[in-house]
Amino acid sequence: MTYIAKPKIDLPGQKRNVLGLLQRDYEGSMSTLCAGCGHDSITAALVQALWELSIAPEKLIKLSGIGCSSKTPAYFVKGAHGFNSVHGRMPSVATGAHAGNRDLICIGVSGDGDSLSIGFGQFGHAIRRNLNMLYLIENNGVYGLTKGQFSASADPGSTAKKGAPNLMQSINPVATAIAMGASFVARSFSGDREQLVELIKAGIAHPGCALLDVISPCVTFNDHEGSTKSYAYTRLHKHQATAADFVPAAGEITAQYAEGEVISVKLHDGSSIVLKKADSDFDPTKRSSALGYLEKHRDLGEIPTGLLFIDEDWPEMHAIYGTAAKPLNAFTFEELNPGREALEKLQREMR
Amino acid sequence: MPATQSRINDFVLKIATVNGTGSASANGLLMQALFRMGIPVTGKNMFPSNIQGLPTWYEIRASRNGYMARSGRVDIMVAMNAQTYQQDMNNVSPGGFLVYDSTWPRERSMTRNDITILGVPLSKLCNENFSVARMRILMKNVAYVGVLAALLDIDLDIVHALLEETFVAKPKLVEGNLQAIRMGYDYAKANFACPLPVHAEKMGDNAGQILIDGNAATGLGCVYAGATVGAWYPITPSTSVMDAFTHYCEMFRTDPDTGEKRYCIVQAEDELAAAGMVLGANWVGARAFTPTSGPGISLMSEFIGFAYYAEIPSVFIDVQRVGPSTGMPTRTQQCDLMLCAYASHGDTRHPMLFPANPGECFELTVKAFDLADRLQTPIFLMSDLDIGMNDWMVPQLEWDDSYRPDRGKVLGPADLDKMERFVRYTDTDGDGITYRTLPGEDSRGAYFVRGSGHNRQGGYTEDSKEYEDVMQRLLIKWETARKMVPPAVMTRAKKKTRLGILAYGSSDGAVVEARDQLAQQGIHTNYLRIRGFPFGTEVLDFLHDHDTVFVVEQNRDGQMKSLLKLETNNPADKLVSILHFNGMPITSDCVVNGVSQHLAAEAAA
Ligand SMILES: Cc1ncc(C[n+]2csc(CCOP(=O)(O)OP(=O)(O)O)c2C)c(N)n1
Ligand code: SF4
Ligand SMILES: [Mg+2]
Repeated sequence: MTYIAKPKIDLPGQKRNVLGLLQRDYEGSMSTLCAGCGHDSITAALVQALWELSIAPEKLIKLSGIGCSSKTPAYFVKGAHGFNSVHGRMPSVATGAHAGNRDLICIGVSGDGDSLSIGFGQFGHAIRRNLNMLYLIENNGVYGLTKGQFSASADPGSTAKKGAPNLMQSINPVATAIAMGASFVARSFSGDREQLVELIKAGIAHPGCALLDVISPCVTFNDHEGSTKSYAYTRLHKHQATAADFVPAAGEITAQYAEGEVISVKLHDGSSIVLKKADSDFDPTKRSSALGYLEKHRDLGEIPTGLLFIDEDWPEMHAIYGTAAKPLNAFTFEELNPGREALEKLQREMR
Repeated sequence: MPATQSRINDFVLKIATVNGTGSASANGLLMQALFRMGIPVTGKNMFPSNIQGLPTWYEIRASRNGYMARSGRVDIMVAMNAQTYQQDMNNVSPGGFLVYDSTWPRERSMTRNDITILGVPLSKLCNENFSVARMRILMKNVAYVGVLAALLDIDLDIVHALLEETFVAKPKLVEGNLQAIRMGYDYAKANFACPLPVHAEKMGDNAGQILIDGNAATGLGCVYAGATVGAWYPITPSTSVMDAFTHYCEMFRTDPDTGEKRYCIVQAEDELAAAGMVLGANWVGARAFTPTSGPGISLMSEFIGFAYYAEIPSVFIDVQRVGPSTGMPTRTQQCDLMLCAYASHGDTRHPMLFPANPGECFELTVKAFDLADRLQTPIFLMSDLDIGMNDWMVPQLEWDDSYRPDRGKVLGPADLDKMERFVRYTDTDGDGITYRTLPGEDSRGAYFVRGSGHNRQGGYTEDSKEYEDVMQRLLIKWETARKMVPPAVMTRAKKKTRLGILAYGSSDGAVVEARDQLAQQGIHTNYLRIRGFPFGTEVLDFLHDHDTVFVVEQNRDGQMKSLLKLETNNPADKLVSILHFNGMPITSDCVVNGVSQHLAAEAAA
């Protein structure tokens, strides 16, 4: 059941999804980010992807940490519960929420500061538990909200607005995630809506922790010449390693692909991801291949995008723990409480 | 022979061993045997922060009067650890007994004339009777059980029965254990005048009583409260809460056919994450908790303030240990009151519950979940190492099958049907508590949880008035909490008095005994045991009705006294601290001395 607050006017050309909802119904409140901020484009991609997937708003939860990026859950799907938590700790709240109700579709939005500095630990452990969620890092190489300090994802040599270069190594969330055993790792660019929408869909369908690192330029603090996270730099250096098409369960793979360059990954819910590879020496189902590929392109000064690694069989958190299929918050008290007799019996052993 | 008072069913037996040598089961056996003879007993474990090799003590108090605190005496010391022999000998009360392993001679300088020293060649006996090396070590502990059974007149049939129950699956072990016990028993019978003037005597069967530690009771309370999500990071002395929760969930919450678990226990990466998980789970409507200790609360503080302001039910179990910092992690204190009462930055206040024994751990844990759901705020269960990890005799835990959890103000789709529009933070009932909805149910109930400024609708705000409005309402909720936390328990003196004692948690046993002793000296005191924070009117009345109120607590700075000063407008000089903070459970002597010294000084002034 869904309820829409806005009066419904069917404008010509506006499509409804399977639930009868307009794309507008997947919007949230007005963004307060800077005009041109990459984060807003990601929000728009989320709106489109969620609408196309026909996800019932009430089945979705949106969580985040703190930062400009972490403000964005307020800007999509107003009909979903949201949780803007504390800096760097979104994954733990998502873990608890998912522990309590495994049926919810969970989107976590984070920033490079939020996930790679203060929240680096929680980022790693969400991956380690293979928490069933879409984990988005809106990556701009700076702390936007605290006015432009370098973040841990700033590349060596990349310069700050006033010209000072970053001299430290950057933490690459994609390579880190693959090395830590993530089951779904992808990278995209806020300026590439088409790719982003497909990866969001694939990430949501993936039964585990889907890490999606999105280069998302900060127009106010990190879009100048000398920055390696600017629009211009990213456009010039991104290299599409794979093109992913998400095919829903009921859908049919119709596109024609050249032999040998295509992998189709079937997901547990019957949907599949069709991957078109740019390079024949790259196998995104093999960790060593993915890491090697990333290093090779780093040497070439390129930023590989697309779905970079997938292992759809690695068990997610509840499978590992053996939790009941029914969400824990749906059990009645009678199903949870052992009762008086059991307590009496138990205490016979305590004498 | 030094003069020894006859003490029947009123003695302290202390056993000094080395950590990791398997003495725990021998000590448990002694404790349980005394319990089955109908004698009220408590067992205190004084252990080091170490896995193997450091000294450790177990202190059993048998008290026919049912006193549960440490008394400060040692009537029989079993000194199995050469390293602490001198110290252990010094600790025996005059007229007491010291049992030691005489296989190797002790230095002659180590002796005392006012106690009786009984040497038993335990190692030698074990070496003669057992061939396997590991058995020789383990059976040495069992052998002193035999020695004590003879010396203290402990019923051997009961010991036999206990061993059989323990080793149902391994009857071979019963034989070995019994052999060792016999060996010690026979040696003592042959060489000493048994029983000693200090000994046990069957006085019933302790019907209706159980032996349990507080952490097991707390874990069980979480199961009975219907908690399904537990998140934690291991830390002494709270770890066994989660061990117990796990154990009882395996027992009661695992589907016998499918093996599916109706619970989810997440060992988090740290306490910060554990707190986040508790908030996430409670947000979606699953009862969730985290057991921890002081250092964990420090790490959780940011989330605790978040939960206070965003109004998320959550249960924090603080099994307190000695601080600051790592402090003495295996020693007890009541030292986190200030930390928990106001945990986090900004204006925050949190309800706390103070169980005094494992029975109350069970009861107040269930209460904590009800309060959390009802008040939509973090609730702290303030246990401590003494309650949590020691063995207590308490009346059997009771459960009323008609109990249903209080899930508080939660709206579902049917409620939303009747509403024009749902808003999250508007108080319509005047109790400061607003209505929430659960994710996953209805998009009309969707709202955005945030720690940033929000108004009564739940919208983001930086407007001063809107901010103040919500903060003021939280104070109304605080007043509601005052009426909901468990009230303090009053025990009146037999005679009219203007002297009061106020205590809480594990200091209770010492106060109960001290009051009896003081009354014998003609000092009569009324006693108020605090069980909840914020303080109810009964606490204000108590302070008002007495000229002097002794505040007994186990910390250096008088944290409860500070809270009383901060939260009540009461002349501060009325309050007299009696403090004990050395890490050992407080003794009744400490309370008696504290009260009498103050009164003597006052009389002299
Ligand atoms: C505990 C804590 N420390 C510091 C801050 C201040 N702070 C707010 S946002 C932020 C950085 C956010 O950077 P990022 O995650 O990259 O988000 P962006 O704004 O760049 O999207 C910091 C340091 C905070 N909110 N909490
Ligand atoms: S400061 Fe940067 S990251 Fe923040 S909203 Fe503006 S452009 Fe976006
Ligand atoms: Mg950033």
